[in-house]
Amino acid sequence: MFLYFLSAAVRAGTCLLFATLGEIISEKVGHTNLGVEGMMQMGAVIGFIAGFISGNPYVALLCAALAGMAGALIYALLTVTFKANQIVTGLTLSIFGTGFATFFGKNYIGKKIPDAITTFFAPFEFPGLSKIPWIGEVFFNQSGYVYFSYVLVIVVFIYLYKTKWGLHTRMIGENPAAADASGISVDRYKYFNIALSGALSGLGGAFLSLVYISILPVNVVGGRGWIAVALVIFAMWNPLLAMVGAYFFGALDIAGYWLQQYNLPVSIYLFDALPYLATVFVLLFTSMRKTANSKEPAWLGRNYFKEDR
Amino acid sequence: MYHIIKRDEPSPRQKLIIRILFVLAALAVSSIFVVFADANPLQLYIGIIDGCFGSLYRFAATIEKMVPLMILSFGVMVAFKMRFWNIGAEGQFLMGAAGAAAVVRFFPNLPLPAMLLFTALAAFAAGAIWLLIPAFFKAQFGTNETLFTLMLNYIALAFVTALQYDFWKDPAANGMPKIANFPENAQLPASHGFNLSILFAILIIVAMYYFMNRSKIGFEITVLGESENTARYIGINVKKTILTAAVISGGLCGLVGMIQATGVSGTLTTEITGGLGFTAIIVAWLSGLKVPYIVINSFAFGVLLQGASYIQTAFQIPGSVAEMIQGTILFFILASEFLIQYRVVSDRHKEEVA
Repeated sequence: MFLYFLSAAVRAGTCLLFATLGEIISEKVGHTNLGVEGMMQMGAVIGFIAGFISGNPYVALLCAALAGMAGALIYALLTVTFKANQIVTGLTLSIFGTGFATFFGKNYIGKKIPDAITTFFAPFEFPGLSKIPWIGEVFFNQSGYVYFSYVLVIVVFIYLYKTKWGLHTRMIGENPAAADASGISVDRYKYFNIALSGALSGLGGAFLSLVYISILPVNVVGGRGWIAVALVIFAMWNPLLAMVGAYFFGALDIAGYWLQQYNLPVSIYLFDALPYLATVFVLLFTSMRKTANSKEPAWLGRNYFKEDR
Repeated sequence: MYHIIKRDEPSPRQKLIIRILFVLAALAVSSIFVVFADANPLQLYIGIIDGCFGSLYRFAATIEKMVPLMILSFGVMVAFKMRFWNIGAEGQFLMGAAGAAAVVRFFPNLPLPAMLLFTALAAFAAGAIWLLIPAFFKAQFGTNETLFTLMLNYIALAFVTALQYDFWKDPAANGMPKIANFPENAQLPASHGFNLSILFAILIIVAMYYFMNRSKIGFEITVLGESENTARYIGINVKKTILTAAVISGGLCGLVGMIQATGVSGTLTTEITGGLGFTAIIVAWLSGLKVPYIVINSFAFGVLLQGASYIQTAFQIPGSVAEMIQGTILFFILASEFLIQYRVVSDRHKEEVA
């Protein structure tokens, strides 16, 4: 029973994991993007529509990633090229993306995903690993989409910490002027990383509409994008910790629903606040222990203007 | 090669022309979405104007949409002015509405003037407390207020949801999860569709203008926003200033909760904010954190909001199209700020100047 809950927590956390990995990449290059919610909405609805029309899971994934990326590119154009305030631009993207998703999704509300896609993403026992006691049941009896996220965690980690591009990316987030002086094309890296983060958010949204839920509801993302922004701090900008955080928050997300049966003396609606409360505690904890704060990219949230150098 | 340089402050006339051109461009792009919705863009834009100014009642509805947005923007402005990123206006709004609802619930028989006074005070206090929490930790430990205030939005939402679906659920509503409507003595008086909130609004405009430009604390907030070191150097008590500004900022956002609950929705609901708390952040920022521009821009957004709700019923166009138009206009205005502050020159031109 408890293992079943954990397995559900992994599923609930997967959409957060995609979006969090994306936001980590964006913040590593120095850009706080509060548009995650909007990009997830765009990815969720466009992914669903593409999957519904084509019946092909790969087309659905591609379109979802492109939709998220399109949102991210608007953000990149405004904040990188036009030096607009990151917080305001991100919030605008969230408003726009939510409107976009409601508008284009309105004819698909209540529709069911084609069977071809449902079967494609159906959970299966991962050969070999699913036999490991406990761990196998929780992590290796999942949809292929979830396995894909495990791979991505490793890929993002290698990209950020073991490649030249990752090094340059992190350098820009810490000190763009120094990166610029050493010949790194700051704007090009920013565009690339922000676009990548948008694609990941789009895929996170599409996990909800293609796998997690079988019938498209109104507002499928429902605020999870904001949790992803918070998770970045929880994970201290580390892709591996993001995995732990995502499943923990996934567990909190479904806790209210699971505890319903026990007739607790508290209102189950208050449980919806748990992921956000947890983030608040992390914020307090990290700020009181100054050391943890140093994990934040030094130039986060500030635009880089070459001529100010 | 091309370079981007900071330009001299353009004249107000130039600024206005750039902004109008960008809004027109945004409307042109928005027309694509409108065509997707199987409507004629021109007809739609005329519909928006008609929906806002077509009759006295429609104009009243426009003002009704403008007032909360404007007060929220003032609240956000006070915090932003000292570089305190309060993006929790949504949450302060909700808690303010909950505070007002608590007064109505526990003292239902107060006469109207006392009721309005106490609901307003309770709403102000609830909003202020909701921002004092992150402000205290910011002042004490430097805790990141952007995310803290963002999280408090959703904590407030969960709290109000619990009130609506559990604690304060109206037993007389046949199982519908809603809080009972406020009694007659807890409704903002209105005439011809204009409710008393306009009076609040005018008082607040005057007070904010005085506060930001003439008062000591307004000056201290501005200095603190420019440079914390300067503020310390000239003897400003930084912690006290942060907390005072938080009370005003959160309090104003909370007060909007009272105005909406007693004047528009007639009760407390989870949908009471309608996302205005986020729109207000954008309005405040685009207005350059200046009182007069906030008044103008709030009116412009009031037109967009009222126009959107009118076309929704008049043309059967989904309201989400308005959200997209709103987003598109905002994107274009954000881009226009760049052209107002900078200009692009080629290398050749630069040498000539040199």
